[in-house]
Amino acid sequence: MEENNIIIVENLFKKFGNFTANNDLNFVVKSGEIFGFLGANGAGKTTAIKILSGLSKPTSGKVIVAGFDVNTQSNKLKQNIGYMSQRFSLYDDLTVKENFRFYGGIYGMSAKNIRLKTEALLKRLDMLNYKDMLLKKLPLGWKQKLAFSVAVMHDPAIVFLDEPTGGVDPITRRQFWELIYEKSSEGVTIFVTTHYMDEAEYCQRVSIMAEGKIEALDTPSNLKKQFNVNTMDEVFVKIARKVN
Amino acid sequence: MSVRVEINKLVKNFEKVEALKEISLKVEEGELFGLIGPDGSGKTTLFRLITNLLVQNNGTIKVGDYDSRKDFKEIRKITGYMPGRFSLYHDLSVEENLNFYAHIFNTTLKENYHLIKDVYSQIEPFKKRKAGDLSGGMKQKLALSCALIHKPELLILDEPTTGVDAVSRKEFWELLKKMQKTGITIMVSTPYMDEASLCDRVALMQNGNLLALETPENIVNQYSGDLWQLSTSNMIKIIVDLEGVGNGIKNIFRFGEKVHITSSGIEFEELNKTIIDFLEPKGHENIIIEKVEPQIEDCFLDLMDEN
Amino acid sequence: MWPFIKKEFFHIFRDIRSMVILFGMPVAQVLLFGFAITTDIKDVDIAILDNSKDNVTMELSNKLVSSGYFILNENLKSNDEIEEAFQKGKIKEVVIFENDFAKKLKKEGRADVQLILDASEPNTANMISAYTTGIISTYSMEYIKRNQNIPVAIITETKMLYNPELKSVYMFVPGVITIILMLVSAMMTSISITREKEVGTMEAILVSPLKPIQIILGKVAPYILLSFINLIVILLLAKFVFAMPLNGSLVLLLAESILFISMALALGILISAISKSQQQAMLLSMFALLLPTILLSGFIFPIENMPVILQLISHIMPSKWFIIILKNIMLKGVGMEYFWKETLILLVMTIFFIVMSVKKFKLRLE
Repeated sequence: MEENNIIIVENLFKKFGNFTANNDLNFVVKSGEIFGFLGANGAGKTTAIKILSGLSKPTSGKVIVAGFDVNTQSNKLKQNIGYMSQRFSLYDDLTVKENFRFYGGIYGMSAKNIRLKTEALLKRLDMLNYKDMLLKKLPLGWKQKLAFSVAVMHDPAIVFLDEPTGGVDPITRRQFWELIYEKSSEGVTIFVTTHYMDEAEYCQRVSIMAEGKIEALDTPSNLKKQFNVNTMDEVFVKIARKVN
Repeated sequence: MSVRVEINKLVKNFEKVEALKEISLKVEEGELFGLIGPDGSGKTTLFRLITNLLVQNNGTIKVGDYDSRKDFKEIRKITGYMPGRFSLYHDLSVEENLNFYAHIFNTTLKENYHLIKDVYSQIEPFKKRKAGDLSGGMKQKLALSCALIHKPELLILDEPTTGVDAVSRKEFWELLKKMQKTGITIMVSTPYMDEASLCDRVALMQNGNLLALETPENIVNQYSGDLWQLSTSNMIKIIVDLEGVGNGIKNIFRFGEKVHITSSGIEFEELNKTIIDFLEPKGHENIIIEKVEPQIEDCFLDLMDEN
Repeated sequence: MWPFIKKEFFHIFRDIRSMVILFGMPVAQVLLFGFAITTDIKDVDIAILDNSKDNVTMELSNKLVSSGYFILNENLKSNDEIEEAFQKGKIKEVVIFENDFAKKLKKEGRADVQLILDASEPNTANMISAYTTGIISTYSMEYIKRNQNIPVAIITETKMLYNPELKSVYMFVPGVITIILMLVSAMMTSISITREKEVGTMEAILVSPLKPIQIILGKVAPYILLSFINLIVILLLAKFVFAMPLNGSLVLLLAESILFISMALALGILISAISKSQQQAMLLSMFALLLPTILLSGFIFPIENMPVILQLISHIMPSKWFIIILKNIMLKGVGMEYFWKETLILLVMTIFFIVMSVKKFKLRLE
């Protein structure tokens, strides 16, 4: 069973001085799964994502991502993950193609490989005609779709998406989720945070964090049953209110 | 005290981009009015035109009897404005931020404490904390306190709930409802469709156009066509597999765990058969179709599709 | 108004970086610029006091003037006029030929030339004296050849005025004061205003009933005070570390500084009006204010050695005029009557920039 778990977190603690941001997290994410990572502002989500993506080290605990230990192999780990956030987007003053070339280069892809991948990904987005356009000329929703494509360009085993759809219109958001499903069906694991509760239901399993702990973890339909409510929104509110 | 806002054929261009295309709307006294739309739909521009932080290319805005171009100083005196990103000084404490905003509107925290008591009392225990160290929900409450400190007649809130978690969002809307009872006119923008139902009336915006201007109930009532909810054993591939199903089906959107299908002119039996016949060969099982009531987001998707 | 100013002080005192720039820079700069930088000379204005007026002194004067290094600005008639000639400010050197120059040279085989230099720019003064001595000794070689190789000597005696020990720090202190005031006033204000634009707080201030002038005053008042503190720190450093005297009136010095500070603040506001981010404001301040202040104000490189076009540009550098004023007060110890023109120029510039900045400061976002 172990090899099917792409993320294994055991007894993860992260402390900043007296403040415990992550208080004994324990969970696994299965390979190829779409995993929703929810929680109120300040619940410790961002801290946990930073640890999972190798940007920061846990105070204690075991964290294995894509077969690499974040404590000792964070460089190898970074080679095997993709990352996209609302804040970290692409370069506005580079063209679409240049952005692809830049990020492909960072991950050590060959020029030919970059070219082929760029073509394929842009074709999928129906954006081949825009490859020489400066990024700042494109609408937000397009940029977010491009950012996702860039994040999966080097064929990572797992992609971390930190609020990828903030502010995007409902149609584009749905197109974005189709991209996610497509990648998922190719076997890529998706680890995503969002404030849109309907998007939580797009995930196969979700965890909900409050005050540094994971308060619930299951499929959306099981969670709704467990809390005896109709929407994820209500599940979320119940958990957050319970803790407060 | 409250005012009404009248917007007439408002046009605003940024170089070649049309940010607002002849928008007309009225906000009644004491109304809680929502501007709903994604980023880039023109919500912020509209608010900046009302406060005269920008000047329109054409059209007029009246706040009470004041014209936004001629009497902008008067409008600013009676308007509480909470810009996107909250507009707080992160290196100042909660109390220092409030004192500062009170000062620039020629009042003091002491004098108007009663106005903001409902909001401020929730963050008062942290008044010595730096604004930068507050959580999103607390920042939002502080920003609201700052916007209310001078007893405005019109409160303009630009995306107060963006990036804030669902619980804080709920609390914030409860606060707004309370504020509204004091008689103030409130205009609030949000990218979250589910917040529309909390407003008296909403304007759905997209690319500088008004898609709809109605009460949330009427928007839902005016939904054209029938809405169905579909679930099968394989929801991951469902959208791809439904491609080309055609015949009376207007559009198909993912909606939470289910898929929403809009149809017109066909009965349940026919639709059910079409979809089952279409999906079963592709390996879908447990295909369930039910009729559902549209939500604001369904309407928005529908209206967007029409435009 | 006070709460606004108080808030501004909080911003400054809570940000370590601005504290370092504000209080570390002046000290670092004074110490850094405490050493000299070599330069060349060209077209230096000199005066000649010819007590002899014979063929030799005429010839020697011609040699000096036709060398290309010097321009004869004035012929003096008596020793009493020397001091006045220097205080007018243009002249860098006075060449004095003694009585009966030619006669003495012929009879006694030696005659004396005295060089008096304005050493408030020590490098330049050294250079001028070396060039002058060089021309005179070349002439004396020619003289010997022409007169059947009878050995004669023209003895030059050099006297440095204003800065007798040729201490370059004397020269640099006015420049450093100018740079620091420019930096603190213009750069820090423009950055602090654009920061509010960036964070979004400016939007909230703009929609308040505050008038532009109130917003501006609230933003700049702390920097007036801080600039002033810096000025005092530099003066104290100069006095106690480098033993530099302040020859003129302290009150006059402070008054002129306030004028310059106001000008720099207005420039800062102008910069913030045209820049969208802190970065832009910083770059603009650097390239539009700081570099010209260092390069074109005569602080490091003598203006008279620059190409004409740069000399013309240097006239519109407020710092050039302020440095002249500072030097006059600090080194020459003269009063307003000697630099009222510079002061007037600075005043006109200040008024111009203040009017511009209030006009340009927008109550809107476009």
